[in-house]
Amino acid sequence: MTQRTVLDAPDISRAITRIAHEIIESNKGSEDLVLLGIPRRGVPLAHRLAEAIAAIEGRPEAASELAGSLDITMYRDDLRGGSYRAPEPTSIPSSGIDAKTVVLVDDVLFSGRTIRAGLDALADFGRPARVRLAVLVDRGHRDLPIRADHVGKNLPTSSSERVNVSLAEIDGSDAVTISGGRE
Amino acid sequence: MKHLLDTASLSRNDAIAILDIAEEMALVSEREVKKLPVLRGRTVVNLFFEDSTRTRLSFEAAAKRLSADVLNFSAKGSSVSKGESLQDTIQTISAMGADAIVVRHSGAGTAHRLAHTGWIDVPVVNAGDGTHEHPTQALLDAFTLRRALAGVPASGPVAGGPRGQGLDGAKVAIVGDVLHSRVARSNVHLLSGLGADVHLIAPATLLPWGVEDWPVTVHYDFDAALSAEDFAAVMMLRVQHERMHESFFPNAREYARLWGLSAARLEKLPAETFIMHPGPMNRGFEISAAAADSPRALVLDQVENGVSVRMAVLYRLLTGQEETND
Amino acid sequence: MTDYLIRGADVLGRGAADIAVRDGRIVEPELLDPDATEIVDAAGLVALPGLVDMHTHLREPGKEDAETVLTGSRSAAAGGFTCVHAMANTAPVADTAGVVEQVHRLGRSAGFTEVVPVGAVTIGLEGRQLAELGAMARSAARVRMFSDDGICVSDPLLMRRALEYVKTFDGIIAQHAQEPRLTEGAQMNESAVSAELGLPGWPAVAEESIIARDVLLAEHVGSRLHICHVSTAGSVDLIRWAKARGVAVTAEVTPHHLMLTDELVRTFDPVYKVNPPLRTDVDVTALRKALADGTIDVVGTDHAPHTAEHKCSEWTAAAMGMVGMESALSIVVAAMADYDFGFGDVARVMSTAPARITGASGHGSLEIGASANIVLVDPSAAHTIDPAAHATKGRNNPFAGVEVTAQVTDTFFYGHRVLAAGALTTPHPAGATWTDH
Repeated sequence: MTQRTVLDAPDISRAITRIAHEIIESNKGSEDLVLLGIPRRGVPLAHRLAEAIAAIEGRPEAASELAGSLDITMYRDDLRGGSYRAPEPTSIPSSGIDAKTVVLVDDVLFSGRTIRAGLDALADFGRPARVRLAVLVDRGHRDLPIRADHVGKNLPTSSSERVNVSLAEIDGSDAVTISGGRE
Repeated sequence: MKHLLDTASLSRNDAIAILDIAEEMALVSEREVKKLPVLRGRTVVNLFFEDSTRTRLSFEAAAKRLSADVLNFSAKGSSVSKGESLQDTIQTISAMGADAIVVRHSGAGTAHRLAHTGWIDVPVVNAGDGTHEHPTQALLDAFTLRRALAGVPASGPVAGGPRGQGLDGAKVAIVGDVLHSRVARSNVHLLSGLGADVHLIAPATLLPWGVEDWPVTVHYDFDAALSAEDFAAVMMLRVQHERMHESFFPNAREYARLWGLSAARLEKLPAETFIMHPGPMNRGFEISAAAADSPRALVLDQVENGVSVRMAVLYRLLTGQEETND
Repeated sequence: MTDYLIRGADVLGRGAADIAVRDGRIVEPELLDPDATEIVDAAGLVALPGLVDMHTHLREPGKEDAETVLTGSRSAAAGGFTCVHAMANTAPVADTAGVVEQVHRLGRSAGFTEVVPVGAVTIGLEGRQLAELGAMARSAARVRMFSDDGICVSDPLLMRRALEYVKTFDGIIAQHAQEPRLTEGAQMNESAVSAELGLPGWPAVAEESIIARDVLLAEHVGSRLHICHVSTAGSVDLIRWAKARGVAVTAEVTPHHLMLTDELVRTFDPVYKVNPPLRTDVDVTALRKALADGTIDVVGTDHAPHTAEHKCSEWTAAAMGMVGMESALSIVVAAMADYDFGFGDVARVMSTAPARITGASGHGSLEIGASANIVLVDPSAAHTIDPAAHATKGRNNPFAGVEVTAQVTDTFFYGHRVLAAGALTTPHPAGATWTDH
């Protein structure tokens, strides 16, 4: 199987820094901001973004208060088929999400179904003022009318290809690769 | 995992997975919306051939918190005595559209029979079959004990619950009518499978034949066992009133004196020993009021955790999904 | 009636020979009229005297939905049995001359096997008062064996009286050894399996304590005692001890107790629910040894048909019992494969010994002059047991799907071929008068 690298570690780092600046700009700072990563690889991305934002804002100690995780397992629309998957932890920063700007963070945006489930899950925890979406890679092929506000890289793919995101926290190193597909 | 029929065939990994899901389920109670949509549009049937309001309510609450519809069917006594075979009963219920069946029956093996005869093709959860097994009770006991031993609140939402762990090394005493107890059987398998060191304390009349081959240590003398061992928890079993007249022991007074958790025995327990009871308790008989109401008693935590554990079981049996790239 | 020349059968496993059947008797081959004789090519088959079952439940009168004397007789013929003893636990109970004569008459009109009624020991099987044993013995049914089978004659004094009373007409008491108090609510053998499954256990001692008592009683009063369906290693020891003392005790084992163990109860399938219960490997081995060495005299099927609704239920509500006449011989051969146990031994335990014990004079012999009750067995007909294809109404055969080699192919019942090449034919043409006792 062929595999080609589309983002290496410095690319990912630059993308996160850029997205952090975008978020600060559109939110006019980091006040009332919550970054919720969707397990599994959205979670470390949310924490990296939080650290980048806190550093830019000059208060690095605030990073841990900005980021959390939101498990969408129980809200999926495909729970009946296939093999069962254990739910992952959800952790909402102690200040909650009511009246906040919540940025959902995920690694790959594909069909949009995960984000649909994420919006449902979010509603069970409170009522944010607004919800935004940040993804490392947007590979297209949407099933639902959903788009990302902040994108690390737009990546045209064929639907038979597979996008693999590796992150140091989970996989030991950072990379985005594409494999498979008909050539 | 298609059914939950017993703990004898439940692997350590599957058991820990259920306890870990139950930790997530316990967190639901602190949300704005205390309900998950996961079983929306699906029907769970509680098929109770034997009265048990407590267990039925716990399963009902669990199913409803997962947004399932719940049908309750109670048919006291054996199906044959009603002139309707078990097969007809189950197929009738299945025809009403059941996605899972929770069954309680006075005869050992009935849940197993429903799961394996081909009469129905939906997950079956054993909610107690005769004196055989009561797996969800054992799971909630293990959940409660795992919490208590980790030093976190024994019930309720705990963000940093003891996920991924077993009960390795914990010394647990199960005291009383083991012979007639499905709770004891399920706990012996589950707790020892999770690494606990299980001790049974009972008169020989209330221990099953061949218990010496079980993965447990047997004591006849409660006081000697308490002085010889440092138990992390003592689980008292309910003694049914009808046993009083079947010569399993001379009378209630002697039983309470020799095998009850009296106030005096409570005094002798180490301060860190937890007290458990599957309920309902016979106060003053197998357990004194002092023990039942002691701060070390986990009895109400056990009841509360029952809902989270049963949510986890229903979730585990009724969902499954493909790995996707999304 | 057709005369037969059974040609080339391996007679009792001792070598090929011809068997001539004329007018319902075994005769010298030269007495046959070649023009009026049907030749049965029995090359490769084994000839045995027709099988005799000391322990059959035919359910009629009273439970005809489970079995009738006719369907049970057809099942017997298909299994190679030319004589079956019909147990007394019918409704009404066979505790009077009237009921045993009715069963006897039904057997005669069925015409597929000789149905010998077993009389109840006590009225209504209630264990309180002796039934009319003498009247049943003197009836047209000529009852010699009495049993409350299904229920133990647990009162020791009543048992003593019964043993003594039947000496009048050389009768025998067949005891269902089950101490009732030790088996209250029992659902299976008491063992490691029952402890794990939480099913109330049935201890071996409940059987053994009754056998110990009864062999001592039989010795004391000098009577004949038969122990039904021995199921434990301890029972075998007691019977061996009693026989060594000269007690007139005989013992029976079922095909299922020679083959199956209580591990099967883990399936909770009521087809494995039976009284006495399936025991352990140790017991199965002891029973096989005892059958081989003669400590256990006979195989009795304890054929116990039940309707589907009594078995398609939860374990605890299901009825006890298994059918087995049509698989008995195959299973006995399979169970005894590891022992020095040839077809001569099969004939001993399934025909000669039960005929001798019960006084069934028309059975158990292939000698010249004997009644022509003969079974032919194919010893290498590998097949899978299929209860749905059996003649009995009962589908509660625990051997469904089991691979066996020996197969009954032909049954000659008082000279009439009721089973021909595996297919049931017609009842005996002489109707109720095939033989005078």
